[in-house]
Amino acid sequence: MLILTCPCCGVTAEETEFHGGGEAHLKRFGPGSDDADYESYMFSRKNPRGVHFERWRHVYGCGKWFLAARCTMTLEVFATYPAQTLEPPADVITAIKSKRPEWEGFV
Amino acid sequence: MSHRLPNGGRLIARGTPRNFTFNGKSMSGFAGDTLAAALLANDQILLGRSFKYHRPRGVVASGAEEPNALMELGTGDRFEPNQRATTTELFDGLTAASQNHWPSLDFDVLAVNNLVPQFLTAGFYYKTFLRPRAFWKHVYEPIIRRSAGLGRAPATNARDTDRYEQIYGFCDVLVIGGGIAGLQAALSAAQAGAKVVLWEQTAHWGGRAPVDGVEIDGKPADDWIKSTLQTLESLPNVQIRTRCMGAGVHDHGYVLGYERITDHAPRTDAPRHRLWRMRAGKIITATGAIERPLSFAGNDVPGVMLASAMRDYIVNYAVSPGKVIVVVTNNDDAYRSAITAHEAGIKVAAVIDARSEANGALPGQARALGIRVLTGQGVRKVKGGKRVTGVELCPIDSDGKTQSEALDCDAIAMSGGWSPVVHLWSHCGGKLTWDETGHFFRPDPARPPLGADGAGFVLTCGSAHGDLGAVLAGAHAAGQSAAGLTATDAPATDSLPDEAPLEPVWIMPRAADYDLRMKMWLDFQNDVKVSDVQLAAREGYQSVEHTKRYTTLGMATDQGKLSNINGLAVLSDALGQPIPATGTTTFRPPYTPISIGAIAGEARGSTFQPLRKSPIHDWHDANGADWEPVGQWRRPYTYLRAGEKRHDAVNREVKNARENVALLDASTLGKILVSGPDAGRFLDMLYTNMMSTLKPGKCRYGLMCNENGFLMDDGVVARIDAQSFLVHTTSGGADRIHAWMEDWLQCEWWDWKVHTVNLTEQFAQIAVVGPKARQLLERLGGMDLSRDTLPFMEWAEGRLGGFDARVFRISFSGELSFEIAVPASQGRAFWERLMAEGADMGIMPYGTEALHILRAEKGFIMIGDETDGTVIPQDLNLNWAISKKKDDFLGKRGMEREAMIDPKRWKLVGLETLDGSVLPHAALAVVPGLNANKQARTEGRVTSTYYSATLGRGIAMGLVERGTDRMGEEISFAGQGETRIKARIVDPVFYDKEGAKQNV
Repeated sequence: MLILTCPCCGVTAEETEFHGGGEAHLKRFGPGSDDADYESYMFSRKNPRGVHFERWRHVYGCGKWFLAARCTMTLEVFATYPAQTLEPPADVITAIKSKRPEWEGFV
Repeated sequence: MSHRLPNGGRLIARGTPRNFTFNGKSMSGFAGDTLAAALLANDQILLGRSFKYHRPRGVVASGAEEPNALMELGTGDRFEPNQRATTTELFDGLTAASQNHWPSLDFDVLAVNNLVPQFLTAGFYYKTFLRPRAFWKHVYEPIIRRSAGLGRAPATNARDTDRYEQIYGFCDVLVIGGGIAGLQAALSAAQAGAKVVLWEQTAHWGGRAPVDGVEIDGKPADDWIKSTLQTLESLPNVQIRTRCMGAGVHDHGYVLGYERITDHAPRTDAPRHRLWRMRAGKIITATGAIERPLSFAGNDVPGVMLASAMRDYIVNYAVSPGKVIVVVTNNDDAYRSAITAHEAGIKVAAVIDARSEANGALPGQARALGIRVLTGQGVRKVKGGKRVTGVELCPIDSDGKTQSEALDCDAIAMSGGWSPVVHLWSHCGGKLTWDETGHFFRPDPARPPLGADGAGFVLTCGSAHGDLGAVLAGAHAAGQSAAGLTATDAPATDSLPDEAPLEPVWIMPRAADYDLRMKMWLDFQNDVKVSDVQLAAREGYQSVEHTKRYTTLGMATDQGKLSNINGLAVLSDALGQPIPATGTTTFRPPYTPISIGAIAGEARGSTFQPLRKSPIHDWHDANGADWEPVGQWRRPYTYLRAGEKRHDAVNREVKNARENVALLDASTLGKILVSGPDAGRFLDMLYTNMMSTLKPGKCRYGLMCNENGFLMDDGVVARIDAQSFLVHTTSGGADRIHAWMEDWLQCEWWDWKVHTVNLTEQFAQIAVVGPKARQLLERLGGMDLSRDTLPFMEWAEGRLGGFDARVFRISFSGELSFEIAVPASQGRAFWERLMAEGADMGIMPYGTEALHILRAEKGFIMIGDETDGTVIPQDLNLNWAISKKKDDFLGKRGMEREAMIDPKRWKLVGLETLDGSVLPHAALAVVPGLNANKQARTEGRVTSTYYSATLGRGIAMGLVERGTDRMGEEISFAGQGETRIKARIVDPVFYDKEGAKQNV
């Protein structure tokens, strides 16, 4: 059971206080988008062995969504950060790079 | 025979007898005994029957690793099967019974399995019982179920009367294991300033050290243990607990601890078990090691036990497993058992050492005591059935066809070396390395389980670390390191005689022939033998995980604590590869089985999950409510009158609502306030239809879809003012929809100025329904609810009969209907006022079933009935509620997909049986022929089906292929068996098609 820190209220808590919401930084494709984009938005999800960006909600707390950068293999949490961003902020990228120099970066 | 020795027993109190029964027979032991020790003291060697062959079995071990001595404990509501006698502390009145035998322990008919073992080899299920096919269900399976297995399940009407609890804990350093290594580690961590918790699974501190004769700083280990405990107890930053097992190590330092509070003293007020949910910064596992059995023919005959267990019984409980013992070993450690037994006055016939020579300190000591030592020898086979009567020997490297000597004895101590308990280290990903000296897997400190910060969070010390000699220095270092200090020299030194290395012996004798190998037990509990693992290897099982499942090695309740390494070694040998190349199976929590009660904790009965009650709940309860769960809510299905049947009550309620006036408690309806400058824009995205154009004071029915275009909720939106809307969701859907809104607002349109509040529980909502509804409300006075002032699909706020009220002219029944929201605290009073005012009008409450019938008669859909997560609004002919003006809304893109515009999609229609009967729930419309999966072809299904009291016949709605184009056609629905029910496709609105009744 993971421990996560909510970047909104600052509470560090048990996984049971949160609710996972799948892959982060998805781009929404709405009406007019082509089939491939829509399919990717709806159904294609990354499943990396290593660095992964995820959505979490502090359900039994402040209720806010946030994002986490986490290693799926070792369960190391590199950073949590607010959801109001289109891609991982620079300091998060730096934190990951310092721990995983071989990481290819956010794609 | 096994018996109590006249002197000794460091854990028992001879002045305090304890009476108990075994298989109905009265026996007695002493306080401090385990059940296993007390049974042995009563010469009860035979304790159970084995899983497959029903072979007689006795106790093998003295602790958690015991595979054989499983008992049924207690009776009635306290009955529990599969409890280890070795970890059950004796108390007055304990009742134990042996398992898996019929008709009795001494005479077991199914022991005939033992005579035909060739039919029950590895994978026998898969091979033997294939033909004829029907025999499996009717012949083979019942016989196997009768024959195989462990304890019985508790009686179906038994209810666990004990209490269980869970508790959260937090610490810097959690030390698991209270042997001398664990004690030292805890002390060192505590003295370094860490908040320390120390758990020991047994009732005693110090582990094996006092039994094994360890000296610390020149004094017996017991002295050091006592003083260390005193120090630990005096430290404010230390919490110590016995009878508390570290059950599992999980992510980020989360550990489950299983504390058995009253198992040894039942019927007290305290909870029986407590599950600790501990979050530790660092964990030190000082969980010791487990001795390995030797694989020789007949190693499962009662009286054969682990050498360490034998000296435990002698030293701790003053119980001798026999009058004459033989020790069989491949290492020096087992000589301790020979010496201990000899010193306790038990005759030691010989030590059989597989090694070609034995010249260490301990063998020397044994010889000096006059104990005969035979080297280069092994056990050819054990003599005896229900107990050991002797042993035949042979040269260790021979095929065992001829015996070199035979010895008489009634107990055998065996030792194949030790395996560190690496379970907790491994649970969360800690890796192992093969130790070439000790011939065991030990934790690899370079590859620990990793925490949230990417650093290792588990350390090991003592024999769990692989230190089979002195342990205190390593334990001290572990304690300091866990507390964040650089390790210093240990404050105490433990010393033991030097031991010569063991020589691995995986099969005894090494070249044993098949007849012997099929009598060598690896897994005692699941009856897996050396020959079974070898057979699996011959049949192509190379992966240890596959072999485990094929042979069931290590899959019993003991999880292979004794059998794993021996099994791996036999498999590796059969595959011709070194043991580390074979690897281990996965270690999974819990370390030993924990009670379901502890897992459930207090979450049983009424506290299993929260119960949501409407403000009017108690009135319903007092007035005949027949409750129905709706999510976490309870709603009245119907209100039963004295002597009334449910069906009749429902019909009465339906008719009353159509003809008179009726009340529905609609408080469970979701109510979410959406406000802000962008509220309208936001709702336009959420709903398929346009909400931003709604005028204040008006209501509009809307549909919500997910991004697939599938319908997920519906309800009426009321515009409160320019910037706020009250969104009504389905009952039980409020939390989900509120979360859905927040997700989009926080993660996608975070720059939109919208605020949402879930007000569901702030208001009671009462639907006043029926032709006389307005007349009733006018009696209350205070608001003008006339057709002109408050037309259909509008709402008004005011004081109604003295209550603060919002009145919505909406209808889910097709009748004249007012849904009135009042503050939750006034809900009950308002309801009772309505009931009182309407008494002379024949007012009645109605429940959810009448609600369903009323809406079905009108062809109104219900989320979850007409929808199942794959239904789009167009399937339900709701195209009118899908805006064509909007560029975008959630689900719009999904609806554009090819499959969603397929003309062959199943469409909502009404269904009328030709004979007026009620269609079965969820019945499928079948057509001749088979589909690609060779199942009957279908062209539709029933989504709602009821008896309509209004129309006096069955009505139904269903989804039917091209249904809307097939009005008037007859189709067939599958009934019971091969019966078919004919129904005609009709308009789904069965009642008041024009909507005249609701719009008055």
